[in-house]
Amino acid sequence: MSMNQNPDWKPTIVAFCCNWCSYAGADLAGSGRMSYPANVKIIRIPCSCRLNPLFVLRAFQRGADGVILCGCHPGDCHYSTGNYYARRRMTLLFSMLDYLGIERGRTRVEWVSAAEGAKFSATMNDFAKTIYELGENKKLGDLRCKE
Amino acid sequence: MQGMILDRVRALMSEGVATRVLGWETGEFPYDRTPKFFNESNLENLKYDSFCGCNLSKYLVNESEKVIALVKPCDSYSLTQLCTEHRVKRENVYALGVACRGKIDVNKIAALGIKGITDVEEDGDTLTVHTLYGDKQVARKDVLLNKCMSCKGKEHKNVDEVIGESEDTSSVERFDMVAELEAMTPDQRFAFWRNELSKCIRCNACRNVCPACTCVKCVFDNPNTGVQNKAAADDFEENMFHIIRAFHVAGRCTDCGECSRVCPQGIPLHLLNRKFIKDIDELYGDYVAGDEADQRHPLINFTKTDCEPSIVHQRGGDKG
Repeated sequence: MSMNQNPDWKPTIVAFCCNWCSYAGADLAGSGRMSYPANVKIIRIPCSCRLNPLFVLRAFQRGADGVILCGCHPGDCHYSTGNYYARRRMTLLFSMLDYLGIERGRTRVEWVSAAEGAKFSATMNDFAKTIYELGENKKLGDLRCKE
Repeated sequence: MQGMILDRVRALMSEGVATRVLGWETGEFPYDRTPKFFNESNLENLKYDSFCGCNLSKYLVNESEKVIALVKPCDSYSLTQLCTEHRVKRENVYALGVACRGKIDVNKIAALGIKGITDVEEDGDTLTVHTLYGDKQVARKDVLLNKCMSCKGKEHKNVDEVIGESEDTSSVERFDMVAELEAMTPDQRFAFWRNELSKCIRCNACRNVCPACTCVKCVFDNPNTGVQNKAAADDFEENMFHIIRAFHVAGRCTDCGECSRVCPQGIPLHLLNRKFIKDIDELYGDYVAGDEADQRHPLINFTKTDCEPSIVHQRGGDKG
C-alpha cells in the first residue's frame, strides 16, 4: 500500500464468474467454510466468453480497483469452446490496458472448476492482496462515479 | 496516370461492365480529394493524383448494383476484408487497382511554412506548390502521409486488374513506435496516452472513416451507454472510447491508417490498432487482415495451446 493512501480505503474487487464452473466453485468455497475477502463482488455470467471487454472497463469506471475473470478450465467449457475465445480476448485487452499505462496487476484471469472451492478462496485472497498493495485505482476511474 | 485510368474506365463502361465508377473528385480546396460516384455524364471530373489518400472501400458497403471501384494497394486489403465479412458482395465490384507512389499530407506542406496553396503540380520526386505568394518546391518524400511511410506493401490483393506501376515508399518500420512505447515505464506510457487522448473531441471521424467499422448499430450510438455522440466529459470516457474502438476492429484492422489521417486533433490512433496487430502476430502467429479472401481472423479462432492472459504480466520484466 502506498504511503499517501487513505487509511480507511478498502479495495473493491469485481469477480466475473462463469455459471457452470467458477460460480459453483465459489458456492463450494462457501459451503466448505473457506473464507475469501468480503470486498470481492461476484457477478455471475453464463460463460467466461460472455465477458464483453466493455464490462471490464465499466467495472473500473464504477469504482472497481481490480477485475478478475474466472471460468472453466480450457477444454472443460460447458459450451465446448467459450473459454478459448475469452482467453484470446482477455489477453489482448489486458495487453492494451498495460500499453495505456494501467497497472498490470489489476486484471487477472483464473480457471476455477466447480470442485475447486479451495482454489477459489486462495485465488481471491491472493488477488485481494495484490490489489491492496497496488492501492486505489486512480488511472481508470471516473470522477462522476465517485461518492 | 489519370488519363490511363479514365481511358480504361471509359472502355470498361462501353463494354457494359458497370454504369457507375467510385473514385475521387476535387473537393472544396484544390488539394482536397472527395469520394464520389461518377456516371458517364460527369466522368471528366474524376481525379487521381497524390492527394487521393482516402480509402474508398467503405463506400461499397450495401451497394446492390455493379460498380467499378478504384482501389489503391492499401484499399484492396480493406475491400478484401469487407468481402470476407459479407459487407460487400465481391461480384458487385469491379476492382480496378490503381498504382500508388505514396500519398501526400497537405498538413505537412503547411507545416513547412507554405501557405495560401492554390495548386500543386507533381514532377517525379519534387512537387511544385503554387501559392498566392509564388511557387515553392518541396521534396515528395518530406510530405508523405505517415501511413505511407510505413506502408505494408504495394501489391494489390484480390483485384480484377492493375493500372500503372507502384513504388515502395516505406522508410519507417511499422512497429517501431509501438516498440518504443512498450519499452517505456507504465507511468510514462500513461502520461503519453493522457496527453494524446485528452485532445479527443469525440467527433467520431475515426469511427466513421474506418473500413472495418461497418456495424449497422454501433455501440457508440446506443443512448444507454451514456457516451452517445457527445464530447467526453471525463478522462475515463476518452480512454474507454479509444480502447473499445480499437478492440472492435482488432483482428480485422488492415492497418490502412485512415483513423490517424482523418483525426482533426492529430491523435496517433493507428498506434492502438498496431498494438493489437503486433500482439496478435507475436502471440497467435503472423496474420494480415485482408491478405486473402475468407480468412478466419484471430479473435474468432483459437488453438488449444494458446498462451494464458498472464503472459501480459510476465512480458517485458516486472515494470508496473
